[in-house]
Amino acid sequence: MSVTLENVTRAVDGIPTIRDVSLTLERGTLSVLLGPTLSGKTSIMRLLAGLDKPTTGSVLVDGKDVTGVDVRQRSVAMVYQQFINYPSLSVYENIASPLRVQGKPRVEIEKRVQEAAKLLRLEPYLNRTPLQLSGGQQQRTAIARALVKGADLVLLDEPLANLDYKLREELRTELPRIFEASGAIFVYATTEPSEALLLGGRTVCMWEGEILQAGETSKVYRHPDTMRVAQVFSDPPLNIVGIEKSNGSVQYAGGVKAPASGLYADLGDGTYRVGFRAHQLEVANGIAGRHGFHATVTVTEITGSESFVHLNRDASNWVAVLQGVHEYAPGHLLDAVLDPNNVFVFDAAGRLVAAPGAM
Amino acid sequence: MARIDLVDLAHSYNGNAADPESFALKPISMTWRQGGAYALLGPSGCGKTTLLNLISGIVTPSRGKILFDGVDITPLSTQKRNIAQVFQFPVIYDTMTVGQNLAFPLKNRGVTKAEIDARVVEIARLLDLTPYLTRKATRLTADAKQKISLGRGLVRSNVAAILFDEPLTVIDPELKWQLRSKLKALHRALDLTMIYVTHDQTEALTFADTVVVMHDGRVVQSGTPAELFDKPAHTFVGYFIGSPGMNIVPAEVRGREARISGHTIALNRSYDGLPAGAKIEVGVRPEFVDVAPPAPGLLSANIERIDDLGRVRFARVRIGDAKFAARVPPGFSIPDKVAGLIFDPSHVHVYADSRLIEGSA
Repeated sequence: MSVTLENVTRAVDGIPTIRDVSLTLERGTLSVLLGPTLSGKTSIMRLLAGLDKPTTGSVLVDGKDVTGVDVRQRSVAMVYQQFINYPSLSVYENIASPLRVQGKPRVEIEKRVQEAAKLLRLEPYLNRTPLQLSGGQQQRTAIARALVKGADLVLLDEPLANLDYKLREELRTELPRIFEASGAIFVYATTEPSEALLLGGRTVCMWEGEILQAGETSKVYRHPDTMRVAQVFSDPPLNIVGIEKSNGSVQYAGGVKAPASGLYADLGDGTYRVGFRAHQLEVANGIAGRHGFHATVTVTEITGSESFVHLNRDASNWVAVLQGVHEYAPGHLLDAVLDPNNVFVFDAAGRLVAAPGAM
Repeated sequence: MARIDLVDLAHSYNGNAADPESFALKPISMTWRQGGAYALLGPSGCGKTTLLNLISGIVTPSRGKILFDGVDITPLSTQKRNIAQVFQFPVIYDTMTVGQNLAFPLKNRGVTKAEIDARVVEIARLLDLTPYLTRKATRLTADAKQKISLGRGLVRSNVAAILFDEPLTVIDPELKWQLRSKLKALHRALDLTMIYVTHDQTEALTFADTVVVMHDGRVVQSGTPAELFDKPAHTFVGYFIGSPGMNIVPAEVRGREARISGHTIALNRSYDGLPAGAKIEVGVRPEFVDVAPPAPGLLSANIERIDDLGRVRFARVRIGDAKFAARVPPGFSIPDKVAGLIFDPSHVHVYADSRLIEGSA
């Protein structure tokens, strides 16, 4: 089956929350809705689920218009950021509840609950009640219930946001396997770029109620259509510097003038913004063919495996990431270089005009 | 500002008679220096919130003492301890201006108006809140509200310590970067003792000079981020710090060699006389194991999956029954099913019953 939003808009009290969204989701696929808080991720999910009606536009299931069809007649399961379980029922009964509502025979219920429990590693806890479980186990119970329902469309709204870091890491690596085993349409909302990268599938990048770009996750990450997409899909935040190209050279705002080599070579004369992720900035001085900068260290953050160096340069804040432990004192003047083949170049309107690798 | 000493401090929610093994916080003694930035890091249920609540005075310990600059404050109420707290969700007064919110903790303590104004202006400047000082605190974004909460925590210059309880949980990733670096700059500018509780290793490691890792009611290691990363004292620290965590696999260790799954890898130090009967494991972080084309002499592993994190790729592999993660060098094309693993011997550690063994040169 497939679900389609066709030119959907939605306004609440006259204020638009979703602006002209078109999106098709196919069976057996995972789509990550990536965007900051209030970018419209939850609104899209509610429209897909039939919990809200579009102000204009339509919702199609297998090409058939279901706009306005009650949510109870659609095959949908949803998992929220806050774990929702029935506190008085055992974990087993929590997972079984949608099957009991569907009137499934006892043998089938037993089989499907055990399968879901195995998938989510909940077998030892089936006789407990949710309040006797950790947060991660409670959320796994909610996910198991959503899976067991056998819904065609499973919506997960920041399901790991309230979990401990390590649990999040573990569930995150298990989820693609769980999705694959189920064959439903999965939609997963998150604010975190790293989560989208780990889940793979497709990423739908959202901003202020609009879809900025949708496509295969690694493609959206490597070829963001606009600077805004690159910003939403960068953690640490995207570093930005302005350039002016003329007569075969580029002048960096508040910085060096360099030959227009690499990706700059084919640009027409004019003003551009160059975006680069933390790892695209190298801390080094005077490498042939690279473009150099001086920036002032504001803070160094060390995680052990990596050091994040926060920099201030020409009134902009940048972050560089280095492998291993590197401590720079605040105020230190750091030399850094950019490879003109390894940057994103955006035109004055913020559209991508050059990116590393083939366009 | 104060030095904080925890002296044989322990707590049970089931009364003092309970079995010490069941304590939410098992006895600990440590000293936190004046002006230090500390993080208490661990999963839910590790005892970090209990420890924070003991320091703030919300909970009275079953055993032991807490000293601020050598003075026993264990019997004192939260108010009398002279501490400031910042919580997970912003606590601000919508009807007041941002400036009034920042001034509030001082107003109740009889500070002169001139002093209050000066301090509020300073804190607002450090947090980039100056343009908002006269605005009502309603309808601000979550991060602006949390900045005001941070400001209220920081506004008193004479507090013994500031306690942060997961203050960035509700903040979007991009703003987390800004607030984290802000907090670190504030710590430097204000010379305050700060204690930050979190389950998020990135927040702990990037904020603190000293990270106190807790597990099952105990402090398993306290050290700088680099120490925790390079030399985890306990396999739990290896697992919990780092993403993915440290690879920990059963091994037979003799002298300068470890046998893993029938294959021998070299060790940098010598391990003789390991405790008899102990569970011996080898720990190595994914950052110090590279995948390579299979070759004689390399430990071979079955590739299950590649995680592409954008700036780095990790191969998830299997050695026998053990799951293992290894770095995929930049530009390396990944073999189909089987890869060889290259270990950096200087980063391979040996553990006996989960504790680091030092070995000899």
